[in-house]
Amino acid sequence: MSRDHIIFIVFLFIFATINIYLFGSGNLSADWTGFGTFIAAGITLSLYSFLYKDNPLFKFAENLYVGVAAAYTLNQIWYTVLLADVVNPLSELEENLSNLWLIVPTLLGLFMLTQLSSAKFSWLSRIAFAFVVGLGAGLAIPRTIAANVLAQLEPTMQPIAATWVGLDLFIILVGVVTVLVYFFYSVEHTGPVGVASKIGIWFLMISFGASFGYTIMARLSLLIGRVGFLLEDWLVLPLPLF
Amino acid sequence: MRYFLCCITLVLYTAQVHAQQPTGVKAEDTPNDSGGNITVTWDYPKPYEGVEQIKYTIVVGESENGPFHGTKFSAANLQSSDPGTFGYGEETFQKLFARVDEYTDPTDPPKRIAIENGKTYYVQVIAHLPSGESFPSATVSAEAYENFFNRTKTNNFVIGTIFSLIILISIFLAQKRELFIRRIAGLEALDEALGRATEMGKPVLFAHGLTSMGTVSTIAAVNVLSRVANRTAEFNTELRVANNDPVVMAVSQEVVKESYLNAGRPDAYSEDSVFMVATEQFSYAAALDGMMVRDRPATNIMMGYFFAESLLLAETGASIGAIQIAGTDSYTQLPFFITTCDYTLMGEELYAASAYLSREPKLLGSLKGQDIGKAALLIVMILGTLLATLGIQTLTHIFTAY
Repeated sequence: MSRDHIIFIVFLFIFATINIYLFGSGNLSADWTGFGTFIAAGITLSLYSFLYKDNPLFKFAENLYVGVAAAYTLNQIWYTVLLADVVNPLSELEENLSNLWLIVPTLLGLFMLTQLSSAKFSWLSRIAFAFVVGLGAGLAIPRTIAANVLAQLEPTMQPIAATWVGLDLFIILVGVVTVLVYFFYSVEHTGPVGVASKIGIWFLMISFGASFGYTIMARLSLLIGRVGFLLEDWLVLPLPLF
Repeated sequence: MRYFLCCITLVLYTAQVHAQQPTGVKAEDTPNDSGGNITVTWDYPKPYEGVEQIKYTIVVGESENGPFHGTKFSAANLQSSDPGTFGYGEETFQKLFARVDEYTDPTDPPKRIAIENGKTYYVQVIAHLPSGESFPSATVSAEAYENFFNRTKTNNFVIGTIFSLIILISIFLAQKRELFIRRIAGLEALDEALGRATEMGKPVLFAHGLTSMGTVSTIAAVNVLSRVANRTAEFNTELRVANNDPVVMAVSQEVVKESYLNAGRPDAYSEDSVFMVATEQFSYAAALDGMMVRDRPATNIMMGYFFAESLLLAETGASIGAIQIAGTDSYTQLPFFITTCDYTLMGEELYAASAYLSREPKLLGSLKGQDIGKAALLIVMILGTLLATLGIQTLTHIFTAY
């Protein structure tokens, strides 16, 4: 028996013992709520077990997660899209003839499924894809100009004065200009352009560092939430422990 | 004498009423909208003690003589708070405005009736003083209608048109002569990474980001995938493409199939190589992590827009010793890719990747056009800052998003 097998069996034994004790002592109620907490704790620990290495518990949790997510998505799509936006309005055509236009998006959606058919019909899917890509690009262009061009230009083009605020604005201006220079592709990054792009990279890395720290803080709070669940809701330990 | 005093009192009272009564009231269709909305404007009251405490209500009627019904509007603001509609003139600091899109149903008060297009409404602004007195304005009329153009987006339209023209001209020029593109390290390493997978006899894993086919990053990722598939077909290396969006999966299947066909290896293409993993973010991440540790791909390529799963994927990829090349325009996830991947395409580098890899005149011209656009914006930015420092903010106002 390998070391991994022993660890796996010991883990299962400890988990089972703890739960028997929790249910036996009444710390976990013998109803659906208690059962839900027990399952949630088991899945949480199974997913965390990946930190040790890939193992059957992680595989089980992973497949369960994918399956549940797929089922949930199908449920959402059926009730909020297919039933609400297609089936119900089309079944009420006699009362509301204007719903007839829904046939167009429905057909486009059905065209996508022709991908699964033979080459004789699969070309129909390209109409739907062309529509989706074209619509996406059409919507994205004005939005990109507004969010990535105009919304960046206006706060950069502010009067610079000999104050701390002015210094801030000046640093922002230098940062924006040099980072933009870094993203020039049609000139070689040598000489003054090279210097500017190097400064731009420094600005990028400093901002990435800040963003990294900020996000790690957020992730830690998620971890704290999960550990809190295991300690407080599952093991019913009073927090804080120390 | 009594008569004189009465007259004086009446005159003073009338003057006071007029002083408190909202003046300069105008009502008109709210510009740049889809109708069903009326904008009411009036003068900011002359300064005196307690002027800030005046509250305003707007009443709407369907007849000039009433009855008038209450409306609900967020707050009366200075016109200067909405420069997209009222501009930047000095007078915008002297006038208030409010927008009305419904009024109380007289037959059923809690309910509200929406303003209809093409119907004339009569509007009064009522000033409520802290003392409890109320002073209605003169009645004005307005009609709401749909506006064909949103004029506040004119700058967006002009910039979009100019940039499109620049790109089209650049594409035209690119078809006449070869254009230079600087080296992009992450893309130079692509062949090396695919070659490594070939040497090791292990698969290449290409993971799409989480956004749909409509986003620029996904379109760019599909372009990179085309090149990757072309190379794996040439090298006879197994390619696995993980998706979390069915449309992206279908497009990827088409792209990979075409690349294998172009490489003269249609027989090597397997439909199962482009597969759907999961539509949910973290189930996608969990399944991909599992795949990485089990299949141990030699090369991981992650392209597109990623969210919190980026570090989970890249960290697992790093732990199995795969060469990792990531590309994303999600600036919040870039730090994670930079720290865990061998090469990272940052932001626009991802968009440039397809032009860089294919050297197609259309894409090269487009990239060149974007560079010209960036140079133009850079000049505008420096000029705009200089002018703003000199007290001229016209350029800043032109380049403001409304």
